[in-house]
Amino acid sequence: MSKLGVILSKEFRQIIRNPAIIRLIFIMPVIQLLVLPNAADYEIKNINLQVTDHDHSALSRRLIDNISATGYFKVIGYGSDRNQAMVAIEKDKADLILEIPHNFERDLIREESARLMLAVNAINGVKASLGGAYLNNLLRQFNGDIRTEWLQPDRLQKPFSITTTFTNWFNPGMNYKYFMVPGILVLLLTMVGMNLTAINIVREKEIGTIEQINVSPIKKHHFILGKLIPFWVLGLVVLTIGFLIARLVYGIVPLGAYWTIYVFAAVYLLVILGMGLLVSTFSATQQQAMLVSFFIMMIFILMGGLYTSIDSMPEWAKWITRINPVTYFIEVMRRVVLKGANLGDVTKELSIILGYALLVNGLAILSYRKRS
Amino acid sequence: MQDRAITAEKLTKKFGDFTAVDQISFEVSKGEIFGFLGANGAGKTTAMRMFCGLSLPTSGVATVGGFDVYSENEKIKNSIGYMSQRFSLYDDLSVIENIRFYAGIYGMSSKAIRVKAEHILKGLELEAEKNMLVGSLPLGWKQKLAFSVAIFHEPRIVFLDEPTGGVDPITRREFWQLIYEAAGEGITVFVTTHYMDEAEYCNRVSIMVDGRIEALDTPTGMKKHMGVGSMNEVFLQLARKATRTEN
Repeated sequence: MSKLGVILSKEFRQIIRNPAIIRLIFIMPVIQLLVLPNAADYEIKNINLQVTDHDHSALSRRLIDNISATGYFKVIGYGSDRNQAMVAIEKDKADLILEIPHNFERDLIREESARLMLAVNAINGVKASLGGAYLNNLLRQFNGDIRTEWLQPDRLQKPFSITTTFTNWFNPGMNYKYFMVPGILVLLLTMVGMNLTAINIVREKEIGTIEQINVSPIKKHHFILGKLIPFWVLGLVVLTIGFLIARLVYGIVPLGAYWTIYVFAAVYLLVILGMGLLVSTFSATQQQAMLVSFFIMMIFILMGGLYTSIDSMPEWAKWITRINPVTYFIEVMRRVVLKGANLGDVTKELSIILGYALLVNGLAILSYRKRS
Repeated sequence: MQDRAITAEKLTKKFGDFTAVDQISFEVSKGEIFGFLGANGAGKTTAMRMFCGLSLPTSGVATVGGFDVYSENEKIKNSIGYMSQRFSLYDDLSVIENIRFYAGIYGMSSKAIRVKAEHILKGLELEAEKNMLVGSLPLGWKQKLAFSVAIFHEPRIVFLDEPTGGVDPITRREFWQLIYEAAGEGITVFVTTHYMDEAEYCNRVSIMVDGRIEALDTPTGMKKHMGVGSMNEVFLQLARKATRTEN
C-alpha cells in the first residue's frame, strides 16, 4: 500500500468509528433542511394589527374584514380607545395601528374623501415597512373597489387605473423554499467541511500523535491529502443526503444537471477544507479551532446572500461578498437548480473558486510545518 | 564520525529571551544506552526535539546518524524512532491497525509488516488483543506497545522521552528489558527519565541543569566522582543548583 493509502485507510477507519461525526453528517442535513426552509422566509406574515375604530360603520367593518381576509394581518385588538392602541404598540404586541376616524363613512360618501391614520412600530424595520406597504396597497384597492361600486351607473366617469400583471420567471409559484433550500445546502457543506477538518488535525495535536507523524519521513503533501480526501468525500455525501431530502420533502429537482453542481461542489469543498486546514495550523486546541472557524463561517454565511440580499448591501460590503466563496456557490446553486444553468454558464464562478482553492491550499501547505 | 550515533557541539535553543538549551556538547556512540537526566524544565525535551527534527536549533552543530540536523532533517527521520512523553498511539485504532499505520508511513511493505507484527505481538504477549482498540488496554501495555511501534521500522537510533512515566515498577522493569533487547540488536537508545534506578541501567548518563549539561559519565564513574552511594544522591546534589523552576 502506498503511503497515501496508509493514511487514508487510517483516517476513514477513525471517521467511521467516531459516532459524533456519523451523527453530524446524517442528522445535520436532515434538521437544517427540515427546519430552516420553513422558518426562514422573506415573506412577512402575521403582522399584528391593532384597530382603533371611532366610526363603527358598515364601511369601517368591511375594511377591517378585507384586511384580515388577506392572511397577512392578524387583528389583535379592536376598540375605539386610542390609548389602548398605544399601549399595545408600546408593549410590542402590535406592529401597526390603523385608526379610523369619526364620520369615516359619511365623509367618504359626501365629500368623496376620507382620512385614515396608520402608526407603525418601526423596531422591526422590515416588518414595519413591508406591513405598512401591504396595508397601503390594500387601502388603495379598497378605495378603488368602493368607487367603482358607487359610480357604476355613470360609466363615463369610471376612473382610469393601471393594473400590473406579473409573470414570475424561474420560480413561478414564488415558492421561497426553492430559493432557500439550495442556499441551505451550501451552508451545510461549508459548516461540515470547515469544522470537521479543523478539529480533526487539532485533535492530533492535542493527543500528541502529530509529533509521531512529524518525526516520520512522511511528506507534507501526503499528510495533507490524507486529511483532506476523507472530508472531501464526506462533504459530497452530505450534499447527496441534502439533495435527497430536497427531492423527497420539497420536491426540488434541479432544472440543470446534478453533475454540474457536483463538479462545482468538488472544487468548492477544496476551498472550505483548505480553510479548515489553515485554521488548524494556527490553533493549538480544539476550542480555539472551533471558535475561529465559527467566526469565519458567521461572516461567510451572513454575507453569502442567503439571508440578506447582496444587491442592497453598501459598496464596501459587496466587496466582502466578492471574496466570500459561499456567495459564489449559492449563486451557482440557484442558477443550476432554478434556471437550469450548465457548466458553461458558470465558468466564471468556477474559475474564481478554483483559483481560491489553489491559493488557500497553497497557504495551508506552506504554513504547515513539521519542525518548529 | 562513523561510530558516533549522535553528536552535539554547543547546541542551543532559545525561545525569545529564554535559553531552553544552553550550548550543550556531547557524543553518543552507536549501540549505547544513553540516559539524559534533568529536573522538569531543565531542557531535556527541547534538546531531544532538536535531534528528532521537531525543533530547529538556534545555534550550534548537531548530527544524528551522521546527518546534519539543519540540512539533512528528512534523512534523519528515516533512521530514527521516537516515543514522546505523551502517549502517541491512536486510541480509536486497534493494536494491529496502529502497527500497520506507523509502519506504513515508514514505507514498509504489507508483507514485511505482517511478518514482523506477528513476531512483536508474540513477544509482548498481545496476540489475543491484536484486534482490540488500543484505548481499552492498560497503560503499561500501551507503553510497551508504543515502544515496539517506535522501533518497528528498525531505526538506528531511538529517542525515548520519559517512556515509563506513570507506569508501575514491574512494567518498568519489563520495559527496560525491551530497551536492552533493542540495544542488543544494535539500536542506539537515547532516553530521558526521572527514575534514578533507571539511570543505573544506562551505559552513560548526562545530567542537565538549567539548560546546561552539568555532568556526563557512566553511573559508576559519576557516583565515585561525587563520593556518594546512589544516582539519587548524585542527582539531588546537582539538581539542587538549579535556579530555574518548571516552565
